[in-house]
Amino acid sequence: MQIIQPHYHAIARTAQDYERMAMSGVVAVAEPAFWAGFDRKYPETFIDYFRQISEFEPTRAAQYGIRHFSWVAVNPKEAENPTLTREVLKHFPEFFAKPTVLGVGETGLHKSTKNECESLEAHVDIAMKHGQLVLIHTPHLADKAHGTKRVLEVLAGMNIDRERVWIDHVEEQTIRPCLDAGYWVGFTLYPITKCSPKRAVDMLEKYGTERILVNSSADWGPSDPFTLQECILEYRRRGHSLQEAIEVFHNNPCRFLGQNPKFDIQPIRVEPVGERITA
Amino acid sequence: MLAPSQVAENYFLESRHQLLEIAAYLDRYDAAVARSGDRNGQAAADEKKLAVIRRALQIVAEQKPAQERTVALLELFATV
Repeated sequence: MQIIQPHYHAIARTAQDYERMAMSGVVAVAEPAFWAGFDRKYPETFIDYFRQISEFEPTRAAQYGIRHFSWVAVNPKEAENPTLTREVLKHFPEFFAKPTVLGVGETGLHKSTKNECESLEAHVDIAMKHGQLVLIHTPHLADKAHGTKRVLEVLAGMNIDRERVWIDHVEEQTIRPCLDAGYWVGFTLYPITKCSPKRAVDMLEKYGTERILVNSSADWGPSDPFTLQECILEYRRRGHSLQEAIEVFHNNPCRFLGQNPKFDIQPIRVEPVGERITA
Repeated sequence: MLAPSQVAENYFLESRHQLLEIAAYLDRYDAAVARSGDRNGQAAADEKKLAVIRRALQIVAEQKPAQERTVALLELFATV
């Protein structure tokens, strides 16, 4: 089965992950800009990071036959430095011109501070002005419900095309308002701290598959890119067809990411070829 | 050996995760029941298993158990 991993922090992972993902059917990954584990001080550090994910990483993925796309953003955890954020934002348009950059992300909220909300608004604003897609991070654990509510409040005050915005890391308590407001949503599968493969399938069964993306993020912390394949297995074990799985794990990423014409992988349909097999 | 606060901190997220999985299991069962309609007597057999899970959750929640919770659960699960 062909799979698209729509949220994957490749620079934190080994080549063996690429190799095993390729062997399991992954044909493309999309890498949002991420927190480095410490707060960066200089705009140039971000610029080089964006160069790494938009220029170098596609070449590494290509060695395994995987297409690599990316996003640019100042991480919400670093939004407490508004001067830095403004300086980095000035460089976004040069990356929007790169052949594999799909938009702005992951922006969003961490502790939902005033600076974070202003940074989120500035990120979404520049994305909309340049016709880019948006990927929004929502906080984890205790801040999840409040942070997601604040994200929706910030977005509600802006003139945006909601179908071009993906609110990520939703869980059972936050999915409905995001879908009801017309956004795409993402389930992020982690071994412990976020959604699990089984819970993701529960939500697919409850809410349907429209405007839903499933990813395993997979960063430098405790995480596993193959939670995505675990989720596919769980989905299939519950009796959902191969085509239904393809719709969720391949075609939905095509539908959302393909709103940016640089993402040119098309939705697929499996059909019997009609040949009779004789012994 | 870990200090009490280390135990509480180190295994909190793992325990949270495991409890969420149990909650999702029970929600999944309720959703399946709501979808399935007439169940030809299967409900009674299911209920026996679910009653054990609910009893297990009570044991887990006890603040001052008479014996170790793990032992009590293993003995409980040996009955099904």
